[in-house]
Amino acid sequence: MADIEKKPVDATPNVTEVAKTEASTETAAVNAIEEPAAQGEPIIQVRNLVKHFPLTQGILFKKQVGAVKAVDGISFDLYAGETLGIVGESGCGKSTVAKLLMLLEQATAGEIFYKGQDITKLSGRALKAVRRNIQMVFQDPYTSLNPRMTVGDIIGEPFDIHPEVAPKGDRRRRVQELLDVVGLNPEYINRYPHQFSGGQRQRIGIARGLALNPEIIICDEPVSALDVSVQAQVINLMEKLQDEFNLSYLFIAHDLSIVRHISDRVGVMYLGKMAEIGTDAQIYEHPTHPYTQALLSAVPVPDPEAREGRERIILSGDVPSPANPPSGCRFRTRCWKAQDKCATEVPLLAVPERFKASKTPAAHESACHFAEEKDVVHAAS
Amino acid sequence: MKTNKLNEQAEGDDMTSAETAGGSGPDKAAPLLEVRDLQVEFKVRDNVTKAVNGVSYSVDAGETLAVLGESGSGKSVTAQAIMGILDSPPGRISGGEIYFQGQEILSMPENERRRLRGAKMAMIFQDALSSLNPVLSVGFQLGEMFRAHRGMSRKDAKAKAIELMDRVRIPAAKQRVGDYPHEFSGGMRQRIMIAMALALEPDLIIADEPTTALDVTVQAQVMDLLAELQREYNMGLILITHDLGVVADVADKIAVMYAGRIVETAPVHEIYKRPAHPYTEGLLASIPRLDQKGQELYAIKGLPPNLQNIPSGCAFNPRCARAEDVCRTDIPVLSQVTERDGTELVGRGSACHFWKETIHG
Amino acid sequence: MTELVTGKEGPAAAGPTAEQQGAEPTVVRVSQWSDIRARFFANKLAVLGLFILVVLVIVAVFAPLLAPFDPLKQDLANTLQAPGGDHLLGTDSLGRDQLSRLIYGSRIAMIVGMASILVACTIGIVLGALAGYFGRLIDSVIMRVADVFFAFPLLIGAIVVILLMGRGVLPVVLSLGIFSWATFARLLRSQILSVREMDYVHAARALGASQFRTIRRHILPNSLTAVLVYATSNVGIAIVAEASLSYLGVGVPPEVAEWGNMIAAGRDFMGVKDFMWMYPSLAIVVTALGFVLLGNGLRDALDPKLR
Repeated sequence: MADIEKKPVDATPNVTEVAKTEASTETAAVNAIEEPAAQGEPIIQVRNLVKHFPLTQGILFKKQVGAVKAVDGISFDLYAGETLGIVGESGCGKSTVAKLLMLLEQATAGEIFYKGQDITKLSGRALKAVRRNIQMVFQDPYTSLNPRMTVGDIIGEPFDIHPEVAPKGDRRRRVQELLDVVGLNPEYINRYPHQFSGGQRQRIGIARGLALNPEIIICDEPVSALDVSVQAQVINLMEKLQDEFNLSYLFIAHDLSIVRHISDRVGVMYLGKMAEIGTDAQIYEHPTHPYTQALLSAVPVPDPEAREGRERIILSGDVPSPANPPSGCRFRTRCWKAQDKCATEVPLLAVPERFKASKTPAAHESACHFAEEKDVVHAAS
Repeated sequence: MKTNKLNEQAEGDDMTSAETAGGSGPDKAAPLLEVRDLQVEFKVRDNVTKAVNGVSYSVDAGETLAVLGESGSGKSVTAQAIMGILDSPPGRISGGEIYFQGQEILSMPENERRRLRGAKMAMIFQDALSSLNPVLSVGFQLGEMFRAHRGMSRKDAKAKAIELMDRVRIPAAKQRVGDYPHEFSGGMRQRIMIAMALALEPDLIIADEPTTALDVTVQAQVMDLLAELQREYNMGLILITHDLGVVADVADKIAVMYAGRIVETAPVHEIYKRPAHPYTEGLLASIPRLDQKGQELYAIKGLPPNLQNIPSGCAFNPRCARAEDVCRTDIPVLSQVTERDGTELVGRGSACHFWKETIHG
Repeated sequence: MTELVTGKEGPAAAGPTAEQQGAEPTVVRVSQWSDIRARFFANKLAVLGLFILVVLVIVAVFAPLLAPFDPLKQDLANTLQAPGGDHLLGTDSLGRDQLSRLIYGSRIAMIVGMASILVACTIGIVLGALAGYFGRLIDSVIMRVADVFFAFPLLIGAIVVILLMGRGVLPVVLSLGIFSWATFARLLRSQILSVREMDYVHAARALGASQFRTIRRHILPNSLTAVLVYATSNVGIAIVAEASLSYLGVGVPPEVAEWGNMIAAGRDFMGVKDFMWMYPSLAIVVTALGFVLLGNGLRDALDPKLR
């Protein structure tokens, strides 16, 4: 499964070829999907994923006048049982990645392999089987629960859609069990979402995500809408559930401290591209991409003494529009290292040449022509 | 009220000595702003929400006070009461005084109060887009401050607007003065808000979560700008935030609020190392670190209190690991925090029955 | 919270409710009724609105029993009598009993008001839903057509239709319906567009819910409420429009006992016999008010966030 070739980022994948799944291959697909993934094997492999949102003009007949390049060719792996954190600022495309993985948006190009199978082209029974195994926890606990359904109906809905998971008579018990698992009183089953606080609602959302016993949970900013004292509760719950149910998390957030806390590996996105990816120590202690360095150095640290000796890189300007990204390296317009090469050549996400031979933690994938190591989170001594 | 007196003590030597010294006229001796035992409630039909329950704090010129709290702690409501922009009804100031440059402002007539706003005290909000009028150019909105308060001509006001935009480092201010709010990015809009607050060179700025809606890299730019301008104009700054990281960066002293009360006050450097209230202690332990991979996070149990039904005694008691019977019956007052040997720690106060155990372990 | 459990939905109904809901395409779930009812009856103005309308419905239904005279019977010996005596509200220029005409007039008002909104609502919901779900070309076409209808003044449009169809109750109902669906379509479309982007809809799709299920369980219940509320308030406006048509002489035939006709009949005696136009006018205002109050009450009661 791990041998799916990583194509260079700029290869143009063929979009016209939409495979029509026949009955026999569909059954094979369903069987493959139901096989559990081995620990440490890649369970999701994303290759050259692209999502462009067309910009249109016209009253009756819309004509395309451009595109917002929300995700523009990213590749990464998610291993079974791990947490992969994705960080980046607003507009970097991280939430679009979540929607693409959930198949809530259709990819413009590229593939998403789940256990070796490209799920972007699935439909029918095979798609439903995939959906069972990949679930999502949303950012906003106020819009992620239907206000007109009781908690019991919300958490029980997965069983209505996949009746094979729980027989009808068993559902109420299952729902109450799930409430208990996420730390809510099982007697709340007949209450409505508005009767709960933000943190409790997020727990309800997590219970819904767990109902079908999925392998992967995509978390899109799951705690950013919560109060600080409640964030820790939800993070701890998610970590507990990961151990208990052997889940793989794709954890998308803008809070770098929380991402470091929960993630085994971290990917940094900028304007629809992956800038740098590696283990948490590689990214936080040995970042080689200037954007990662600037991002980390800008995080206010709740410790005035640690803050004193830290180097701060204050970037100038704002993130350019994804409808009209800079040529070459996307970050060059704000980068203090930028040279002519950066405007003409797109840097590929790969282990930089200079670190390749060495076994240092700096030897991880970074999309910069001039990658060099710089510790920005610790005080210089 | 009792809490008030003790709080004043806890505010530290500088203030008490200034008051006792007296003599040189109220304007110089008194702090720039002093809130005394402020109480605010919201009444919707028969439900009374007690948003602020006896808050006292003070800010001097050139000083930055960070008011830290979660949603519902009363930090923003206090600020609205100071600015005189509380929604009333349903909001109502049910007690306390606010002194600005030695003058009590809650009893002031509304038209005098209005003259203070903008000219003497200004506010920066979290959401710059909804705070700016979408149908007027930013130049016009900036210039309006000068036309309304200073009676300047349109042309002079525009020149002033460009000058201000330059001050807050908006590139190409001359060309962009006619642009509308939606044509600016989030960071630039927040700069415009800062420019607007600074326009009449007020003595006090209240910034309510000024960078919460911004991205980390932009947040750093805006916070730096705000701190720099504050130094330059020697303004008092009240920074309202939930982010302990932002506080560490810019504040001089901090007041931690919970359920409408101040639970701890301290000079900013001290609170991180040695918190004197279990709530502050819990908050600090519950944030993950950027510079090291931590163990399991400490999580404060339970939920923030319902302000219509605040727990008796210490409002934090149902969530507190140290709570004992006294915490359920007696409201703790903000008392002076001392070293083990009894030396007073300047500016430190804690509203916990067991602050000694908390700070000294 | 106990009132939630006492709803019609049994405690063990986590599964079966889905089927219940499917069989019953109402806006609100059964289990929420008690909750909504409590909120509605806590609102004094809403109760007043409901009271007005209940009285009106009773009057309309039992008109033959309540009316002291035949509303069409002329009595040329007793024309233009002032209120009092046998004729509590006086008589018109043909000697017909004003009270009886007022009572019978409520029938036309209620029927035309509700039926025309039903027509508008049906067209509006179907077209609005199509535009909202499918978007793209269908959306563009439907919305441009809606713009055309929206641009037409209601009364002018209705007069044109009636001129083509002839006078009568049905033409009035149809013409009013045809020229007021556009707002319903726009409203539903915008509601669907915003509800469609809610995370709970994404969550349902992510669970593998069919398009039909997503629409039925999540999108429609959350977007129809606004349309229902708007429709209720608008019955009053339709009644005013219907009376205006009759007043202008293009609504129901002039002999029919109808409020607009009664005002028109009193027009020539303005300043002399004011009772002739005042009572029917009052009836129109009170009825319209009743619907508006009911609509506002429903809006507040149906919004689960307002608690």
